[in-house]
Amino acid sequence: MADSAYAVIGGGLVGMAIAWGLANRGKQVTVFDEGDRGFRASRGNFGLVWVQSKGLNMPDYSRWSRLSAQLWPKLSEELGNVSGTDLELSQPGGIHLFLDEDEAEKAVADMEKLRAALGGDYPFEYLGHNAVKRIIPEIGPEVVGALHSPMDGHVNPLYLLRALHTGVRDAGAKVLHGPRVERITHTKDGFRIHREDGVWSADNVVLCAGLGNARLAPMIGLDAPVVPNRGQVIITERVRPFLNVPTAHVRQVGEGAVQIGDSKEAAGFDDSTSKNVIAKIAHRATRYFPLLENVRVVRTWGALRVMSPDGHPIYDKSQTCPGASLVTCHSGVTLAAAHAKVLAGWICGEDAPDYMEVFGAQRFALQKAG
Amino acid sequence: MRNVLHFKRLDEASGDTVELTFEGEPVTARAGETVAAALLAAGHISGRQTPVSGSPRGPYCMMGACFDCLVEIDGEANRQGCMTQVRDGMVVRRMTGARDVDRGSAA
Repeated sequence: MADSAYAVIGGGLVGMAIAWGLANRGKQVTVFDEGDRGFRASRGNFGLVWVQSKGLNMPDYSRWSRLSAQLWPKLSEELGNVSGTDLELSQPGGIHLFLDEDEAEKAVADMEKLRAALGGDYPFEYLGHNAVKRIIPEIGPEVVGALHSPMDGHVNPLYLLRALHTGVRDAGAKVLHGPRVERITHTKDGFRIHREDGVWSADNVVLCAGLGNARLAPMIGLDAPVVPNRGQVIITERVRPFLNVPTAHVRQVGEGAVQIGDSKEAAGFDDSTSKNVIAKIAHRATRYFPLLENVRVVRTWGALRVMSPDGHPIYDKSQTCPGASLVTCHSGVTLAAAHAKVLAGWICGEDAPDYMEVFGAQRFALQKAG
Repeated sequence: MRNVLHFKRLDEASGDTVELTFEGEPVTARAGETVAAALLAAGHISGRQTPVSGSPRGPYCMMGACFDCLVEIDGEANRQGCMTQVRDGMVVRRMTGARDVDRGSAA
């Protein structure tokens, strides 16, 4: 008998959401977690539960993100109960501010196109400066307008990660912290997980190793062409609440600090910060909210997004090594609820939305051939 | 909150003294000390109340990392006491909760 029915490779937000979903379905699960020594996107992300503008070129990704946002209140409640921590989930709608008329016009056109592709069921509106100011009185004079969508929100991503770790253990799964998984082999008896400190057997394997998926996937008949994309983040001192809705680039967290982000760079595996990018996102934030000029920065960090060639998730099952599957995306926070509630079921053979197959890695092979 | 003295200056650490106030109360410090060190030496182990739980906080790491030593200095909120040197006539006050930010033109 194998050491576990399901080996989940990766103990970040993606791996833990899947592990929690599997364990709650009565499956025997072992998580192999490299911890914070890895390039763990889960310790550096921005914390948005975000739907607007996602899936402009893949409407099913938009449906999937929205489904997850709808499942989030239940996830938050369950994880809150099991961990005793309020995850600070708030879904009051989200705002994407614009400083440039042309940029705003193009974004609205893209969103209208997506709404049409979704058969009209895609709530958002464009607000001019004065309408935005009624929602957020602190916006600066340079803000020309904003996209507002009631689908969006935010959460404390570190509390989420901690609650998932508590929940997974509570549901009876094992979490093995330690060195990275070096190798996965497939035999007629199932899978072997090789680490420096031992070898474990499993009937099934789910790859949730973030950037590590690129290396591990080919070992078990899967393809994960993911590359790092660096985001840098600024955290300010705690100030009294002035921003009660999340925006795409700036949000105020439950405890009062302001988080500023959304830089995107190809910087290889360098997850440090750089003065020019930090200065750029800080400057942009002060144009959105001039009062930030007087607020102190207390921390900055860099983290690496896990990006597929089209930016959308990859969910796949191995044809050559039955029992192996792959879950990778760059929106581990937004998609946590769909991963735990729906995708974990798809992995163990339950019914799932009929559009799941569009997320297979085969789409990249087709693009190459095309 | 004023407690039993937990901290003592080394005898050899002598030098000029400066006078500041904490919550209106006079505090004598040595030139070159930080505000956090001066307050601890004077027995003020807590300089603020955290906006998260409302419980008292005081200097912890003394090297600029933990932000538990925040105080208001000369009217400026959320200054790191451990990263600020004392000056004669300095007015230090307790931080209670999160600071207000200037509302600027939106006010």
